[in-house]
Amino acid sequence: MSPGTIAGFVGAGLVGLGLYALVVDPKPLRKLLAFNLIGSGVFLVFGIVARRGATGRFPFDPVPQAMVITGIVVAFAATALAVALMLRLAEETGTVSLDPDAGAKPDDGAEDK
Amino acid sequence: MTVFDALDLAIAALVLGVAAWTIAAREMFSAVVGYVAYGLLLAIVWVRLYAPDVALTEAAIGGGVTGVLLVVASKRLGRLPQPEAGPGLGLKLAAAGLAALVAGLIAAALLYLPDPAPSLAPEADRHLAQTGLGNAVTAVLIAYRSFDTMLEKVVLVLAVVGVWSVAPDRFWGGRPAPLGPASPDPALVFLARVLAPVGLVIGVQIFWVGADEPGGAFQGGAILAAMAMIVMMARLMRPPRIGSRRLRLALIAGPAVFLVVGLAGPLIAGSFFAYPAGFAKPLILFIEAFMVLSIAATLPLLVAGPPNGEGEP
Amino acid sequence: MSAALDVFSLLAIGAGVFFFVAGTVALVRFPDSLSRLHALTKADNLGLGLVVIGLLPRAGSPLAALKLVVLWALVQVSSATVAQLIGGALRRRDAET
Repeated sequence: MSPGTIAGFVGAGLVGLGLYALVVDPKPLRKLLAFNLIGSGVFLVFGIVARRGATGRFPFDPVPQAMVITGIVVAFAATALAVALMLRLAEETGTVSLDPDAGAKPDDGAEDK
Repeated sequence: MTVFDALDLAIAALVLGVAAWTIAAREMFSAVVGYVAYGLLLAIVWVRLYAPDVALTEAAIGGGVTGVLLVVASKRLGRLPQPEAGPGLGLKLAAAGLAALVAGLIAAALLYLPDPAPSLAPEADRHLAQTGLGNAVTAVLIAYRSFDTMLEKVVLVLAVVGVWSVAPDRFWGGRPAPLGPASPDPALVFLARVLAPVGLVIGVQIFWVGADEPGGAFQGGAILAAMAMIVMMARLMRPPRIGSRRLRLALIAGPAVFLVVGLAGPLIAGSFFAYPAGFAKPLILFIEAFMVLSIAATLPLLVAGPPNGEGEP
Repeated sequence: MSAALDVFSLLAIGAGVFFFVAGTVALVRFPDSLSRLHALTKADNLGLGLVVIGLLPRAGSPLAALKLVVLWALVQVSSATVAQLIGGALRRRDAET
């Protein structure tokens, strides 16, 4: 087994766990958490690509590592945007649900128009 | 099996175990605490992969700041009725099957990666001296793939614009809701007073050493952002008005300076986003300093969310 | 001399690990939140302190040694605060019920 393969399997497992929770959990915030699990699993798999690229002076390939850093920051930005949308949706509909029929009030958002 | 193999296996089991617990936890708060612990464990995995820069980013942003974001969000959402009914057993089984299939395929693909692995490490090493940097990851971020990193900063600005744009019109330009409770615990206020100055020094130091050692603009900026958030949670500082010109300048300073230096490239160094020979390192640190400022301003604003009237006195 | 320092490091780090394990066992075994918190803060602070003391002779430079001590102090401050916060939250919850 090449170096870091164990971490790669962890990444694969995390993608699986996250995918399951993303489908099964009805709460939007939990879905977001699951989305972040998938993301970090993908980053780990990419981390194996960086680790396998070890040559010469470096025990790693810096290019995939730099891309993972960029990815972590962008994943956070996406999570923050999703949270903002979720809170606004909850404010408008009075319920924490992605189900369009759940608890929708007849005066949806009328106050802002 | 060496001691390190055993360590890797133990950490792998812990990461997967904590991730599973995070999914299974009943309370959202427990799940978020699990997620923060998971982020820290993941940082250890990254250290074992010889990626200390990624480890710092994962611990600070992946675990820490995302954790705060989710805790604040679950507090704000917690007052509302939660959907309880999950999908039926059939869908659960189907989802489990799909998840196992995807995970299995990824794991199998890992075993069939090309050998010897393709690598850009020799390329990165060859030109490292020209950048004047010692940390190859920083060189990739700010020199070799600088256009990517500049655009990523633009993504952060766009995310802030996106978060603000869900604010109701009548609150536009106002303050986001406070991060902490109305009367914070005195212990938290004490922590904010003691930790914030120390954290400020550590954040700037991590940015400064990032040129040669693990660290850099993202990691240092995230620590400064964490200090800003703890000060806001202790109510020593209110979230800034989103209409404030100084705040908006701080938000765009990083990408703007980066873009200006990149556009000046054709004039001073012969090509787009190139640095003139001999001046690469000072220019890189100049750009990074503004990026630290922008990251430190952006992350707390993303956590604080849009202005919704609760932040006004 | 270096052998003596190695033995010192080994003993200190070993003792530190013992306190970590003891604290973790208590975290799992103790019945209520307050006593778990008590065990955790005591054991982890002492454990980390011993590990840092054990690592000091191996730090390589005075600056690295100073960083280790700063780390320990930062963990002390934050864990003491978090213990206070959790304790306070528990008391408020008990007062409500």
